[in-house]
Amino acid sequence: MVAKSRSTTKDASARYSPVQILNSEGELTGPSPVIKDEQLVRTLKLMIIGRSFDQRALSLQRQGRIGTYAPISGQEAVQVVSSLCLSDDEWMFPTYRDYAAMYVHGMPLRDLFLYPMGHPQGGRAPESVNIYAISISIATHLPHAVGAAWASKIKGEKKAFMTYHGDGATSEGDFHEAMNFAGVFQVPLVTICENNGWAISLPRERQTHSETIAQKGEAYGVAAVMVDGNDILALYKVISESLDRARAGDGPTFIEAVTYRLGPHTTADDPGRYRSQEELEEMKLKDPLVRTAKYLRGLGLLSESEEAEMWEEAKSLVGDALKEAESIAPPNPDFFFDHVYAELTPNLLKQRREFVPEEAE
Amino acid sequence: MAKLTMVQAINQGLKVAMESNPDVVVLGEDVGRDGGVFRATEGLLDLFGNERVVDTPLSESGILGTSIGMAVYGLRPVPEIQFMGFLYPAFDQLVSQAARIRTRSTSRFTCPITLRVPYGGNVKSPELHSDSLESLIAHSPGVKIVTPSNPYDAKGLLLAAISDPDPVVFAEPLRLYRSIREEVPEGWYQIELGKAKVAREGSDVTVISWGSLLPTCLRAAELANEEGTSVEVIDLRTVSPIDAETILRSVVKTHRAVVVHEAPKSAGLGAEVAAILAEEAILDLEAPVSRVTGYDTPFPLPVVERSYVPSDRRVLEAIRACIKF
Repeated sequence: MVAKSRSTTKDASARYSPVQILNSEGELTGPSPVIKDEQLVRTLKLMIIGRSFDQRALSLQRQGRIGTYAPISGQEAVQVVSSLCLSDDEWMFPTYRDYAAMYVHGMPLRDLFLYPMGHPQGGRAPESVNIYAISISIATHLPHAVGAAWASKIKGEKKAFMTYHGDGATSEGDFHEAMNFAGVFQVPLVTICENNGWAISLPRERQTHSETIAQKGEAYGVAAVMVDGNDILALYKVISESLDRARAGDGPTFIEAVTYRLGPHTTADDPGRYRSQEELEEMKLKDPLVRTAKYLRGLGLLSESEEAEMWEEAKSLVGDALKEAESIAPPNPDFFFDHVYAELTPNLLKQRREFVPEEAE
Repeated sequence: MAKLTMVQAINQGLKVAMESNPDVVVLGEDVGRDGGVFRATEGLLDLFGNERVVDTPLSESGILGTSIGMAVYGLRPVPEIQFMGFLYPAFDQLVSQAARIRTRSTSRFTCPITLRVPYGGNVKSPELHSDSLESLIAHSPGVKIVTPSNPYDAKGLLLAAISDPDPVVFAEPLRLYRSIREEVPEGWYQIELGKAKVAREGSDVTVISWGSLLPTCLRAAELANEEGTSVEVIDLRTVSPIDAETILRSVVKTHRAVVVHEAPKSAGLGAEVAAILAEEAILDLEAPVSRVTGYDTPFPLPVVERSYVPSDRRVLEAIRACIKF
């Protein structure tokens, strides 16, 4: 029995190997989708903004200026490209690690700082920005994304929806229930698994005995693709095709984007306790920023000085956003009474009347 | 006006809601072709089609989780979970998701879901088909819980729940689904959430209960009346947010209180009622607040369940002890 099930998963792994167009040397391994030069340059620029935000956020956390922060370094390509493929009027259901995706979809950098600062404005995208509120517990937002996509289908819209999760989330019950509903009701949803190799300290191979995560989609009758998550060209191809299928009413897609978390899970852990320096050094060679820059230089779209300028601009953008974030006043201490029900209940009214705030630290 | 059972009144309430609001959708296990395991959704599929009346996979967390997404995207889902004991797998979606979307997004996103769920025992059903979880839900900020005790209230509270901008658990006492028949107006009417009802007026002692045990309390009140004790019975109708004002008004008048519920005693809602009385009316009380409840055990199997669920005898004894104190 064991041998048989093993060989089945091997077959699946033959069907699911990562789509790659741009290798880690920045060389084409297949035909590139048609992407305008400006769009390629913009993609790198946005990835650099993501990396700069990340580096700044990490240092701010160490200075005690922001709270716990979940870094994105290494995952910029999948976040930026997927978000660029989504139209502004379409909806994104992100996780707490999707800062670059949220930024590209319209969330101000300022508000992305406010989120780890623990300011409520960080949990609320501006009215015009179609980003759902982040749930900290894993995979719980996936059925919400399915439900919203389903509602859109019931309303007769032609929109695509996009949601993200990590490799660890695929072990949660809500992942299964969401994928099952997505398949049964053929909702217009693209689900992207950012497989970054680690769920805090648990490596991918201990997360599931499946050879690939992508093949899980097959079990639900959901179109499934595995893609090199650090390859912007493969990501453009796979994600834009999946979104187009959703828009055309051809159902959901599950994408396993194989990437790597170069940093810790959050600022609260030390990856030195569970993964080797050799692994990290090896994975740094697959850094999507390095690969994309090499490719653009090869095309003659990027000079060294232009790249340096991108970094400078990104740093100043991030710096300005931080200044703005730090200048935003905290809410009134009793603001938490306001957002429980549409109207305060008698108990809440009474508690608010009796409420005495503590002095600020 | 037609005389309807509670389950017929709920069915009519769902029809009225779906006719008047195209955003109302009903989803759950066996709610479509089968008309629901208790027939509460009978006929809805033929009237409204399979986009608005949806037979879902067997997946409680999926049913509630996708309902949240629908609600956030502008629909008014009315999901059904077949028994309250089956709500446990969906509990995370209820208390950490549906109940908190408003808070998490500082009211940008709201979650107008009416979660219909039958509860209560003494119907000879297997394990986990009889649980009463109202206190777990009442302890969760952001969600309301309502339970009717008669057909008229069932329809009016259901329509109020569906109109409410926040998630409401609509707990249906399955023992009462077909035990009472009364006149129920056609068309739309609402009973305001958060308002208890004085189900019987009296002057010597107040019995506070809700949903499944209201008829038991009314029978006990009648028996007490034969012994010369005048009992006021309060039907909370909305368990959370609780209507402390109506409870206090009554107890200030009668000076005695008995709380009756089917759920286990410890940390049950009876403790909340007792605490309200201790905080707000201690000097008006002439006897300790008494609780008649289920026991601190899982709900037992059918052969012994009659001895678990509070009976009119147990309620009457508590009334007598309260008067004698």
